[in-house]
Amino acid sequence: MKKNASCSSNAWTDSRRRSRTALAPQSFEDAVPQRLPHILGIEPLSAEQILFLLDQSKPFQEIQSHPLKKLATLRGKTVALAFFEPSTRTRISFSTAAARLGADTMNLQAEASSLRKGESLLDTVRTLDAMKPDCLVMRHSSAGAPEFVAGRLDIPIINAGDGAHEHPTQGLLDALTIRDRRGTLEGWNVAILGDILHSRVARSDIHLLGKFGCRFTLCGPAMWVPRELESIGPPGCAIRRVARIEEALDGADIVIVLRVQQERMHEPALPLDDYILLYQLTPQRLRLARPDALVLHPGPMNRGVEIDPAVADGPQSCVLEQVTNGLAVRMALLFLLIGTGGGEAAQEIPRAKDVADAAH
Amino acid sequence: MLLIKNGRVLDPASGTDAAMDVLLDAGRVAKIAPEISAPSAEVLDARGWIVAPGFIDLHCHLREPGDENSETIATGARAAVRGGFTAVCCMPNTQPVNDNASVTRAILERAAAADQARVWPIGAASAGSKGESLAEIAAMKQAGIVAVSDDGRPIASANLLRQVMDYCRALGLTVVDHCEDASLAAGAVMREGPTSARLGLRGMPAAAESVCVARDVQTAGLTGCPLHIAHLSARASLDLVRAAKRDGLAVTCEVTPHHFTLIDEDVRYDTRYKMNPPLGSREDRQALLNGLADGTVDAIATDHAPHELALKDVEFDRAPFGIIGFETALALALEQIVHSGRIPLMRLVELFTTGPARVLGRERRLAEGAPADLTLFSTNHAWTFHAEESASKSRNSPFDGRSFRGAPMATIVGGRVVYKR
Repeated sequence: MKKNASCSSNAWTDSRRRSRTALAPQSFEDAVPQRLPHILGIEPLSAEQILFLLDQSKPFQEIQSHPLKKLATLRGKTVALAFFEPSTRTRISFSTAAARLGADTMNLQAEASSLRKGESLLDTVRTLDAMKPDCLVMRHSSAGAPEFVAGRLDIPIINAGDGAHEHPTQGLLDALTIRDRRGTLEGWNVAILGDILHSRVARSDIHLLGKFGCRFTLCGPAMWVPRELESIGPPGCAIRRVARIEEALDGADIVIVLRVQQERMHEPALPLDDYILLYQLTPQRLRLARPDALVLHPGPMNRGVEIDPAVADGPQSCVLEQVTNGLAVRMALLFLLIGTGGGEAAQEIPRAKDVADAAH
Repeated sequence: MLLIKNGRVLDPASGTDAAMDVLLDAGRVAKIAPEISAPSAEVLDARGWIVAPGFIDLHCHLREPGDENSETIATGARAAVRGGFTAVCCMPNTQPVNDNASVTRAILERAAAADQARVWPIGAASAGSKGESLAEIAAMKQAGIVAVSDDGRPIASANLLRQVMDYCRALGLTVVDHCEDASLAAGAVMREGPTSARLGLRGMPAAAESVCVARDVQTAGLTGCPLHIAHLSARASLDLVRAAKRDGLAVTCEVTPHHFTLIDEDVRYDTRYKMNPPLGSREDRQALLNGLADGTVDAIATDHAPHELALKDVEFDRAPFGIIGFETALALALEQIVHSGRIPLMRLVELFTTGPARVLGRERRLAEGAPADLTLFSTNHAWTFHAEESASKSRNSPFDGRSFRGAPMATIVGGRVVYKR
């Protein structure tokens, strides 16, 4: 390595040399001394680091409504996308984020990969690495697989979802969405509905919002909401489980609806009709939450299963903002991890945009 | 002739704890007395060491035949004597399975050629350990097995277990069972609990073990056959064993050093923490320590389970279960239960000698006329375990780099010093 580490460090560290003005952290490193070369999960990040990442996402959020969306910031860089598990939206989001930064992408999909021929994960990612990408975005059905790879390659790894462990970019885009709508991440009552045991989204959201004093109410079929989940949050995080969705929604500021994974339903589980009866988020049930409660869903939605279409399309739904914010968050992460501009996004982008505009 | 001078003899069978010399001759213990003089004998100075009967490991995997990349009988038997073991019981889940006398004989031949620790094979309970029909247990007994087990998995059904037990009771063999309810454990890679929930790894509840222990204890009651619970890891299982003993049943159990040292909270995305049964809760570990102290636990066994690097260097949920254990077993036991003051040294020696011997219906003693299998160890020798330096072919240990106080110093098999630190 550690060429890439030093590349990625520019974005974090250069601002350290600037005078420190406000209380707000000026860089990731200011927030926490040791640099994180990978984004493997939300759990290891501090609240300050998260706020820094969200702040860095803001300029990229603005770019999404710019008529010319393509920057040249990462021109010449290559982002490897290795999806060892089927994914459409996250993969498209990452590849679009890379494209809008001017980076090239290398795509590996499980069905197209040699994994079926018996090659090990390690051999596969080493092969990708030998093609010299600047970072690796990976999704894998095994919890901990990105951490496993991060310990064995010298390029930054971004976890795009690992088994039932974490989905850190989803956590960040959910946080960005909540902060945009409500102004802060602090102190909300968050209801999470559905298959929480197998949800990496729920874990990343709990780790993230838990660091800002949010309180969680988990609700779903008992085998998907075991007692152990009460302790998965940051120290002191208030997590309770309730059996009835009405109780979970009572007073909620934020409602996170998880996708029912049909493939889980064949495990001794309850019939789909019962799930709908007991746990579907309907307009009537949503009225139990705070009037301004937000509804988030990581997608893809099963309309009419975990969420009533009227809620999915209603004014409280943030579903499409989440998708757009996903692009901004992923652009920010790619920029911070492999950008060579030597500055923060806010400074870098106008320059990069000029370059892009000039090119057009 | 070998004269062991200046050691402290600890023999649980007789209760001897005294400074004595031990003279070995012709593969037997010739004399035990203070200040033996034998001018023609080679002298081994054991000053500051404990001189104990040879340690027995009731549970290991030597991988031969079939997976010689991970271990062979020779490398495993070598690692065993480096851990102070003079006899190790190898489980039958090889390829082919040790379910017939020819495999048993082949194992014993290789062990004799290796000439390190004695290897005492455990035969399969069912043909191919498939849980369908009985293996050729009588023929294997004649060839030299010391017990039966379908280890790696439980004996498949209560009815098969009953048949195996009826059969083994007549043959005078102990049935060793790996207790795990397959449906509760399906797909699990660690113990179910707060850590599995946090890591997003599929967990098995402690009951995956204890419901099977309950089945086994009841069946032991039905048949009167000696039952030994392998690598017991859960408090509820231990309570069942304790109750069975109180009821006078011939039920015994072993625990591994990793289960009385580590807990599920130690697990991370590192396949060296993946073993079956998985590491238990804090409360389970405490219960095991109590069981070691109060006599409910009969033996410490390693469940030495070597896997070559390529097999373990994969995603956590795809890795095979198991860790190597011979060379760290005594040091971990000293660290966890002796240095901490939980049990006296004599009880520790019992857990490695007379305890496991009794499980097999055998004797173990350090007395004149007994076989000259001895383990000499120090309780304060400072050292660090480096998996890279292990005599095993494999390196899969969560204790790599751990520093210890106390170690095997010399291992004697049949009167011959096969290992000296």
